[in-house]
Amino acid sequence: MTLLHWAIISPFLFAILIPFLYKAFRSIHTGWFVLLLPVALFSYFIQFMPITRDGNTIKETAEWMPSFGINFIAYIDGLGLLFALLITGIGSLVVLYSIYYLDKKKEQLHNFYVYLMMFMGAMLGVVLSDNLIVLYMFWEFTSISSFLLIGYWYHRERSRYGAQKSMLITVFGGLSMLAGFILLYLMGGTFSIRELISQSDQLMTNALFIPAMLLVLLGAFTKSAQFPFHIWLPDAMEAPTPVSAYLHSATMVKAGIYLVARMSPLFAETSLWLWLVGGFGIFTLFWGSFNAVKQTDLKGILAFSTVSQLGLIMSLLGVGAAALHYTHLDDNIYMVATLAAVFHLINHATFKGSLFMVVGIIDHETGTRDIRKLGGLMSFMPITFTVAVIGAFSMAGLPPFNGFLSKEMFFTGMVRVLEMDIFSLDTAGILFPVLAWVGSIFTLIYSMILVFKTFTGEHQPEKLEKKPHEAPFGMLISPIILASLVIVFGFFPNILSERIIAPAVAAITPSLVEEGHVIEAHITFWHGFTPELFMTLGVILFGILLYQLLPKWKKIYSWIPERLTLNSIYDGGLVRGERAAFSFTRGYMTGFIRSYLVYIFAFFIGILLFTLWFKGAFAINTGDLAPIGIYEIAIALLLVISSVSILFAKSRLTAIILLGAAGYTVSLFFVLFRAPDLALTQLVIETVSVALFLLCFYHLPPLSRHEERMSFKLGNALISIGVGVVVTLFAISAYSTKLSESISEYYIKNVYEEAAGKNMVNVILVDFRGFDTLFEICVLAIAALGIYSMIKLRLTRRKEG
Amino acid sequence: MLHTILQLTLLLVSLSMLGLIYRLIKGPTTPDRVVALDAIGINLIAIIALVSMLLDTFAFLEVILLLGILAFIGTVAFSKFLEKGEIIERDRDH
Repeated sequence: MTLLHWAIISPFLFAILIPFLYKAFRSIHTGWFVLLLPVALFSYFIQFMPITRDGNTIKETAEWMPSFGINFIAYIDGLGLLFALLITGIGSLVVLYSIYYLDKKKEQLHNFYVYLMMFMGAMLGVVLSDNLIVLYMFWEFTSISSFLLIGYWYHRERSRYGAQKSMLITVFGGLSMLAGFILLYLMGGTFSIRELISQSDQLMTNALFIPAMLLVLLGAFTKSAQFPFHIWLPDAMEAPTPVSAYLHSATMVKAGIYLVARMSPLFAETSLWLWLVGGFGIFTLFWGSFNAVKQTDLKGILAFSTVSQLGLIMSLLGVGAAALHYTHLDDNIYMVATLAAVFHLINHATFKGSLFMVVGIIDHETGTRDIRKLGGLMSFMPITFTVAVIGAFSMAGLPPFNGFLSKEMFFTGMVRVLEMDIFSLDTAGILFPVLAWVGSIFTLIYSMILVFKTFTGEHQPEKLEKKPHEAPFGMLISPIILASLVIVFGFFPNILSERIIAPAVAAITPSLVEEGHVIEAHITFWHGFTPELFMTLGVILFGILLYQLLPKWKKIYSWIPERLTLNSIYDGGLVRGERAAFSFTRGYMTGFIRSYLVYIFAFFIGILLFTLWFKGAFAINTGDLAPIGIYEIAIALLLVISSVSILFAKSRLTAIILLGAAGYTVSLFFVLFRAPDLALTQLVIETVSVALFLLCFYHLPPLSRHEERMSFKLGNALISIGVGVVVTLFAISAYSTKLSESISEYYIKNVYEEAAGKNMVNVILVDFRGFDTLFEICVLAIAALGIYSMIKLRLTRRKEG
Repeated sequence: MLHTILQLTLLLVSLSMLGLIYRLIKGPTTPDRVVALDAIGINLIAIIALVSMLLDTFAFLEVILLLGILAFIGTVAFSKFLEKGEIIERDRDH
C-alpha cells in the first residue's frame, strides 16, 4: 500500500468519520469538513501532471488476492489522471455548492456526505485501477452509491423509482461487463489491462474476442446512458441537484466513456468496435438532443442533454479508432476525433456542472424547475443568468466558449469519416456527419430554451412559490468557477492541450505514439474557411429559425405513441416480467405433492433413459447367472400377485393386508437366499408396520373410508411403468458390467480370527462397520422422539381449546 | 428320495398358499381374511421348515419360532380390533 493507494481509498475511510463529525459538531455544516478531502486529493493528483506530460506512467501494486491474480494495481497515465482531476476538482466544487444547497437542519447531511464520499472513492478507484476485477469492484461501488444518492429523499415515490431504475440498468451492465472481463482473463490469462493490451494482437484472433467486446461495451453503454439504456438518467434527476451535477454530468456517466477509452487499445482494431461505439454514440447524440427539446423540466432538459453529449464523446471515441488503420500517415488526420473526445470530455464536465448548479439555484430560489412557470428571471438573478448563458452557449457550441472549439473538432472528426475507405465507411459513413449536424441543431435549440424560457420573457410571479432573488454568494462560487473555466479554456485551450489532453490521447491510442515522442495537440481558435465552419454557421442559422418556429413543429413529438416509448417498454417489461414469472411459478408449483412427484419421476425416467442411450451403457451379460429354481419362481409369482392386487384393491384394509403379504413374501425370499437375520428382522418389522397401517386406517375420518377403487390415470400408469422399466434396465446393465471383485472375501476370512464372531452379518454390523449402526440407532431414536413429541406437543389445539 | 418328497410337499404347501391367498383377496368379510392370513403364517412356517431341510441348515429355526409368535400376536390383535375397535385399551386408573 503506497500513498497512492491510500489516496484512492481515502474517501472511503473518511466516510467512516463523517457521522461522528456530524454528531459532534452540529453547529457547523458537515460539508465544510468534507470539503477538505477532495481539495487535498486534487492538489495531490495535480502533482502527477508533469510526469504524465512527459509520457511517463506510474504503477503501484498492492497485493490483495495474489493467488487469483487480483491485486490492487494503481496506475496513473494521462487518461486516468484526467479523470482523477475531474473527479476531485468537480467534487470539491460540488461539495462547496452542496454546503449552501442543503439545509443544515432539515437534511440528513451525514447520509449525504457518506454516500458522496463513497462515490468519490469508487470513481477514483475505477479510473486509477489497472486490474479488471478491482475496476469492477469500484464500478459496482459507483452503482451502489449512485443508487443511494438518487434515493436520498427516500420518502418520495419518484426518487425510489429512479433509484431502482438506475440500479437495475447499471447493475445489468456491470454484470455483463464482469462477464466480459472474465472472458478477457480466459483469453489473456491476466486481469491487468496493461498486460492485456500488450498481447492484443493475439487476442484479436480468439473466438471469445467479439463476445468479450460486446459484453464490455454493454457495461460501458449502460453506465454512460447510451441509447437505448439512457432511460435511467432522466429519472435519476430526482436526486439532489449537487448529486446530479456531480454524478450525472461530470463523473459517473463518464465511467462508461472512460471504459471505452481505456479499452480502445485492446478492441479498437476491429470494424465492429468502430461501428458499435461510433454508431450508438452518434445516434444517442441525435436522440438525446431531439428529446431534450420537448422537456419542460429544467433538469429533464439537462439530463437529455447529458445523454446527447455523452453520445457525442462516445461517437468521437468510436471514429477515432479509425486512426489505428492509417499508421503509415505521418500526419494522421483521424487522430483529431480522439483529441476532440478528450477535449469535449473536459468541456462538458465544466459547462454541464455549472448548468446543473444554475438549475439548482433556480429551483432553490423560486421553488420550481418547470420552464412553463419560469420566465423573466434575468433582472432578479443577473449572476446566475450570466453563468447560464456561458454554460448553455458553450453547450450549444457557440464562440468564444470552449464548447465551440470541441464542437468544431467534433465536426472535423465526423467530416473526415467520409474520407475513410475502410469498413464501408465511405458509403454508410455519411450518417455520421449528417446525424452530428442535425443533433447539433437540436442542441442549440434546447440550449436556447434553457436560457430564454427561464431568464427572459414574461415574469410570472403568481406561479412561483417564492419571491425570486439572487442566490447567496456561497452558492454561486462553484458555478462561477466552472463558468470562468469555460471561458478560460475557450480562449486559451492550449493550457490544457499539452499538459492533459495529449497524455490522455496517448493513453487511448498507445500504438500510434512512437517511443520518445509526445502527441501534438494544438488547438487553434481559427482554422480558416473549412466545411466545419459552414456547418456551424448552418447550425446557428437553422437553430435560431427552428427555435422561432418551435410552437409550430412541436407536435411531431406526439408522433411516437406513448406505448412505444422506451420508458413504457421498460415499465411494461418489468410488469410483464413479474407477471410472467408469477404465472410461471403458479403454473408448475401447484401445491399438490402428486404433481411434484410426477415432475421428479418424469425427470428421473428422462435423464436416466437418456444417459443409458447416450452413453450406450445398456448391456446384458448372461454369463454368470445362477440357475433359477422352482421355489424362486413360486415366491416371485406370489410377490407379483400380492403387489399387483394392491393396485386393484377396493378397500384400504385389503390393500394393507396385501402389503403385509408382500412383506412376508419378501422375508420368504430372504429365507430362500440364506439370510436368516434379514428374514427375522423383516418379519418383525413387517408385522409392526402392518399394525401401524391398521392404526392409521382405524383413525381415518368416516368420509374417506368409503370403498372405492383407485381411479385409473394414464399419465400415472405410464410414469410408474416407466420408472419400473428404467430401474430394471439399470439393474440389468449394472449386473452385466461388473468392474471389480467383491470385497467380501476379506470378511469371510477374518470374521472369526479378527473379530471373534461366527455370525458374519452381525460382526459386520457391530464390528467391521459399526459406525453405520450407531447412526441407524440415532435414526430410530429421532423417529421415536419425533413421534412422541408429535403426539404430546399440541400447541395450536391448546390455544383453540 | 427325501429330496423328492420335500419338493412334493413344498408344492402342495404352495398350492394351499395360493388357495389361502385367494381367500385373502376375495374376502368376503374381514374375519375371513384374518383367518386366511393366520393360516398363511402357519404355511410360511411349514415352507421355511421345508426349505431349511432342503438347504440343509439350522439357521432358520429362529425364524420359525418368530413366525409362530408373530402369527399368534397378529391374529389376537386383529381379533381384538374386530371385537372392540381398538387394540391397546386405555388404562382406567389414569
